[in-house]
Amino acid sequence: MSTATHPTAHFDLQPTDGPGKEQLLELSMGPQHPSTHGVFRMKVVLDGERVVRLKPVFGYLHRNHEKIAESETYLGSMPYTDRLDYMCSITNNWAYALAVEKLAGIQVPERAEYLRVITGELTRLQNHACLIGFLMQDMGSSGTPLMYAFREREKILDLFESLTGARMMCNYMRFGGCRVDLPAGWLDQAKKVVADFPRFLDEYEQLLVSNEILMDRTQDVGVLSRELAVSAGISGPMARASGVDYDIRKVDRYSIYDRFTFRVPLGSHGDVYDRFMVRLLEMRESVSILEQAMRDIPSGPIVDPKMKIRGFRPKPGEAYGRIEAPKGELGFYLVSDGSPNPYRYRVRPPSLINLTVLEDLCVGRNVADIVAILGSIDIVLGEVDR
Amino acid sequence: MQPRTSGVDEKLKNELSKQGIFTTTLQNLYNWGRTNSIWPLNFGLACCAIEMIATTMARYDMARFGAEVFRPSPRQADLMIVAGTVTKKMAPLVVRLYNQMPEPKYVISMGACAISGGPFKQGYNVLKGIDRFIPVDIYIPGCPPRPEALLDAFMELQKKIDEQTLTGEKRPRHLNAGEPSEFVVPRYGAHDLEPTKNPNLWKAPLVQISQAGTDESGSH
Amino acid sequence: MNLEAIKSEIEANVPGCRLELVANPSPSGQHSLRTGAEHAVAVAVYLRDAEDLRFDFCSNVTGIDWPSREVSQKVKVRKLVDGVEQEVEEVRKTALPGTLEVVYHLFSVEKKHGPISLRMSTIDRDANVHLPSLTPVWRSAELQEREIFDLFGVVFDGHPDLRRLLMWPDFTDHPMRRDYVDPDDYEYEPTAHDEVLRRAQQHRSEADEEHPGEAGER
Repeated sequence: MSTATHPTAHFDLQPTDGPGKEQLLELSMGPQHPSTHGVFRMKVVLDGERVVRLKPVFGYLHRNHEKIAESETYLGSMPYTDRLDYMCSITNNWAYALAVEKLAGIQVPERAEYLRVITGELTRLQNHACLIGFLMQDMGSSGTPLMYAFREREKILDLFESLTGARMMCNYMRFGGCRVDLPAGWLDQAKKVVADFPRFLDEYEQLLVSNEILMDRTQDVGVLSRELAVSAGISGPMARASGVDYDIRKVDRYSIYDRFTFRVPLGSHGDVYDRFMVRLLEMRESVSILEQAMRDIPSGPIVDPKMKIRGFRPKPGEAYGRIEAPKGELGFYLVSDGSPNPYRYRVRPPSLINLTVLEDLCVGRNVADIVAILGSIDIVLGEVDR
Repeated sequence: MQPRTSGVDEKLKNELSKQGIFTTTLQNLYNWGRTNSIWPLNFGLACCAIEMIATTMARYDMARFGAEVFRPSPRQADLMIVAGTVTKKMAPLVVRLYNQMPEPKYVISMGACAISGGPFKQGYNVLKGIDRFIPVDIYIPGCPPRPEALLDAFMELQKKIDEQTLTGEKRPRHLNAGEPSEFVVPRYGAHDLEPTKNPNLWKAPLVQISQAGTDESGSH
Repeated sequence: MNLEAIKSEIEANVPGCRLELVANPSPSGQHSLRTGAEHAVAVAVYLRDAEDLRFDFCSNVTGIDWPSREVSQKVKVRKLVDGVEQEVEEVRKTALPGTLEVVYHLFSVEKKHGPISLRMSTIDRDANVHLPSLTPVWRSAELQEREIFDLFGVVFDGHPDLRRLLMWPDFTDHPMRRDYVDPDDYEYEPTAHDEVLRRAQQHRSEADEEHPGEAGER
């Protein structure tokens, strides 16, 4: 292979023979690697074990979702949004439905809002549990926390399957409501799952929170300052762990979140340990929201009766709709020109934007810390590359 | 499925086994050892990878098939489960990893995207099926396929390995000196990969179009 | 948040800039401010630092491709028809040049208000595709501007590291433009129509030319 197409040709840092004859090693972590959460590649320049520079390479899962959406109808893009952040398909659907509802001025009935909150918070629970499991797995715990997390995830996926017909790609939201109503007995089953969840959280906390190895490897590692977090557009649990008090559920008060009382956990150090703890505490808050929502859910229609989906042509204009997805701020920007297909369809990917600061967090640390830091940022490549 | 022949008369075999003597053929033993300890390569690309991970977890346990040990290095693996969309940017790496695996090696193409591009078929960056560059043994349709589907595919692969012969015309690739075990790695071109497909492995299916201009493919 | 008031405040405080309020006809009510390329950075810095605005969170940077199009208008002109001057309706075509537009959505973490949209356009789609980069103002624009460079071709001056983000470095096209043609990948569909059918018929005729008389699928 000629050097012009050599994958590391773009690093202009050559190994130096400086005083002490330090040699810099250029290493490519990924895209096939046991702990990179998907096909993500990092070109790392190392001085021994210490990271000197780090450049992420994206695009290994670029599936041109935005281009496909320009040739699909508005509703036809809904199944594609499932595949963006493939761990949390329901919140992706919700963000897209919200953006279209803003664009076309569609109202959502009460029961549909409650259904959205219930399924959205269940998604948040299983996402945070799996994230902690993957973080532990990457740091070398050989699968036990991941197994526990997947045990809970399977219970929640069973609920999704009986409701929507699919475990992962739920395709549940529609413009103006939800696709199907709850089958008989679903609410009782869900209440049982949610009632069991705090026991799993206690088990997790007991195993992990004061674990010496975890504390050693994550405290003061990858510290993200508050100013950098705001400037770099970091959102979600990663920003809140750095002390940024911004939860879109409280700020925008979209859907019916202003009816529920829940707290927003904030971290003060901004290190990996704080991001891990913020997610643990957010799971507890989600359980509380779920209990309130399942107690108060009314009966009624699940989709706006005035909404017609055949020949859906929103008026020309544009809208930006966003929600607090488990990974951060997930937004959809739609430009309509009056035709059944969107003129421009843009996904604001929280995982990609949260990766802006990856180099800043990793420089000066060891190679082993890169894995912990990347695990705590919570990326899913379907969203980073779209 | 062909019944396994042990090369020895059945009655004699039963008599001997009652005496504690076990007879088999070298082929059966060879295949048995390989089917029950297939080591997959740690290679998830997209959404199907999550279902693959779920298959290895406690509910749909893949460890009972001997495939618990996912190897991070291709040099130690003998199965590559291509789970997820293969993009053109990723394709050279997939082929290179396949070339690095030692024979005998197998490929399971999991999910609609790895079979033919799937829902992202109209993509400038999506490779319409990994079988354009590497030979695939088992295809699993689904988006994503359920963990049970992956287990079913696994059992199909075990059956396929079981039926492989050590000698003769139909012997597998790794016992045939004439067959290649490494395939051409595509390079990044200005508009597309070069080559866009491996012509020895994959031929483009042609749509049968009748004279009236309507599509008749699938009619024979 | 009154966008008119914000517009006058910025025009008062940033010397020389002229903003245009772009109304958004949809029910979302999210109108935007269009700025020229020369004063964009100054406007952005003012939006970020002004005491009452404090838009410190740049959430989303989008590129939009508006290809050049012809707009026909019916115009009444006085013309000589058969020696008599009459008022005749004539169709006049004007060519609107194409442009690439970049839209920034800004929120405020400190004041918890937003969004406002800030728009900039290039002069045309071919040679004059330079725009100032707002990465020095908001770090979150770094990767998103790289993506717009990759997929649309807008060159951001002042960006610290402008390279392709999603496609490989040797790729030469800008795929999200409306006039991009996909490479022919021999897609197969059992019930092909439109573009796929046209290409399949073309492959069929090419194959028949190469191997005449060979029937069926290989």
